[in-house]
Amino acid sequence: MTAASPLIRLAGITRTYGAGAAAFQALNGIDLEIDEGEFVAVMGPSGSGKSTVMNILGCLDSPTAGSYTFQGAHVESMTRDQRALLRRHFLGFVFQGFNLLSRTTALENVELPLIYRGEPATSRHAAARAALQQVGLAGWEDHAPNELSGGQQQRVAIARAIVTDPKVLLADEPTGNLDTHNSCEIMELISGLNRDRGITVLMVTHEPDMAAYARRVVRFKDGRVDSDHRQEERA
Amino acid sequence: MLWNTLLLAMRAIRRNLMRSFLTILGVVIGVAAVITMVTLGNGATRSVSAQIASMGSNLLMVRPGQRFGPGSEAAPNFKLADVEAVRSQIGAAVAVAPVVSSAVTAVNQSRNWSTVVTGSSNDYFSAGNWELTAGRSFSESEERAGKAVCVIGNTVRDKLFGQQSAVGAEIRIKQFACEVIGQLKSKGQSAMGSDQDDIVVMPLRTVQRRLSGSQDVNMIMVSAGSGASIDSIKAELERLLRERRKIGDNEEDNFRVMDTRQIAETLTGTTRILTMLLGAVAAVSLLVGGIGIMNIMLVSVTERTREIGIRLAIGALEREVLLQFLIEAVVLSSLGGVIGIALAAAASVVLSGVMNIAYVFDPSINLISFLFSAAIGVVFGYFPARRAAQLDPIEALRHE
Ligand SMILES: Nc1ncnc2c1ncn2[C@@H]1O[C@H](COP(=O)(O)OP(=O)(O)O)[C@@H](O)[C@H]1O
Ligand SMILES: [Mg+2]
Repeated sequence: MTAASPLIRLAGITRTYGAGAAAFQALNGIDLEIDEGEFVAVMGPSGSGKSTVMNILGCLDSPTAGSYTFQGAHVESMTRDQRALLRRHFLGFVFQGFNLLSRTTALENVELPLIYRGEPATSRHAAARAALQQVGLAGWEDHAPNELSGGQQQRVAIARAIVTDPKVLLADEPTGNLDTHNSCEIMELISGLNRDRGITVLMVTHEPDMAAYARRVVRFKDGRVDSDHRQEERA
Repeated sequence: MLWNTLLLAMRAIRRNLMRSFLTILGVVIGVAAVITMVTLGNGATRSVSAQIASMGSNLLMVRPGQRFGPGSEAAPNFKLADVEAVRSQIGAAVAVAPVVSSAVTAVNQSRNWSTVVTGSSNDYFSAGNWELTAGRSFSESEERAGKAVCVIGNTVRDKLFGQQSAVGAEIRIKQFACEVIGQLKSKGQSAMGSDQDDIVVMPLRTVQRRLSGSQDVNMIMVSAGSGASIDSIKAELERLLRERRKIGDNEEDNFRVMDTRQIAETLTGTTRILTMLLGAVAAVSLLVGGIGIMNIMLVSVTERTREIGIRLAIGALEREVLLQFLIEAVVLSSLGGVIGIALAAAASVVLSGVMNIAYVFDPSINLISFLFSAAIGVVFGYFPARRAAQLDPIEALRHE
């Protein structure tokens, strides 16, 4: 499998916001390859394009130019619905702001992706409960987000991201709104998912402590990849 | 997909109970107000029409009078000969009845009642759409001889005899006793609000001899057949009476011909204006209800846009999101519409009872106001959602 293509390949990706004189190029030609099973931390100063590239990788946003191949398929030429199905079946997201449905129980939030996948009710409930248990929230199924702490809300978001058993977990500053204690717990959870379930993880973080959990660190600067090196996983 | 989307829509309704409730409320108020107002208006029109019909159909009433200006003199009353002339010369007239009225006090033992005695013939009953509930009308000999017999209305019987039958009994009017030979079926209020059942009918000759003391006839009632043209009968009547009353070509009539259609037009015209007024008030409340719905939907658009962003991010298709919001809007609006219709039906029945008018169920206004409110609900629930669902997921998530 030496000639096997990587899981993800970005080639010459640019992203320009706005048009004309006000146009701003947030990404200036990104080339990046990510293999299955990797745990990559994306770092870099604020405004360097980290979120922009994550959104493109997550098919939430489209590049202005360049090519994005996911499992050999060209994402940049896909329709909206095709990209939605890609998200549905292969991608899981964790956001800095959690993005849970308000006034909706943890269980129902976690169930949501399975409903769109047409999962029958019984297996859906079972899978959602199992996911909540895995993130350490057994017993919190019936709590709405406003009854949960920030760390717990992020756990619900992680449970929602992994309940579909995705290939890739994309996390944009997942610990950005959390204190150190909760941050470490979330990082343990994410690295466990990478280690035990083989989920490819791409994570944006500002904090070296959090990046230390990853085995590869990609640094961004002014919309370009500034450095890309592998490291030993933290003990 | 439909089943799952239905599930999502129901969950969305449940988690936004307040918003759902306010949406429903807006539709309920709009639907209920319009339907109630229009139903009451229709009921009032129907009641007035029914009252007019109870006066007798295609009825013309000829009275002396209406001659103004210098040299005017009191218009002479009609004579029985005029009535006979009308009867014989106007072929389209089905019934022609003379009327002499006299205010009296009727007495039965210790009970007495002030009423009006009408002297006429059996034609009076057919012209005025009267039916007998007991007894009989006048015989030919009674009419010819001017016997002291009478047919009484429901109110008179009630006041003088209570609930008992009056047929065969005698009532005293002025100095003579009069046998009650028949009772009339109740007609209720007239379109002008007077009690039509407060009536005593005697043969014309009886009243002329014993009460009015003259050969005059106060009014001639002419009932046209249902197919006949009121206008042509009216013209014939005017020509005939002008000739008989020797009115010169350039003189005005000294009598007046009125027909029930005229009265009906005046009165239904009034109720129609009233209905329109009520309808306008109701339309405003429908509009206010609609604006309420719009407001609630627009206020929640930020939250909904973020929600749509979340759904899209985890893999929902645009059409699934749209279908969910459409189902949500349709369910809420229909629920509101059904509650509104039920509320309107209850309110209309109660109010028409209180206001003493007919309850007329009008399917079209129920349908129209239901569809209109539902459309408002759907439009304002669905279109903001559609705009959001067309955004890139990341833009929807970023929405402030
Ligand atoms: N929707 C947008 N419209 C215009 N400019 C944007 C938008 N999103 C991001 N940018 C700009 O693009 C640059 C990169 O943003 P981002 O990828 O969010 O950076 P970060 O590395 O902090 O996550 C920033 O300068 C930001 O201002
Ligand atoms: Mg960012």
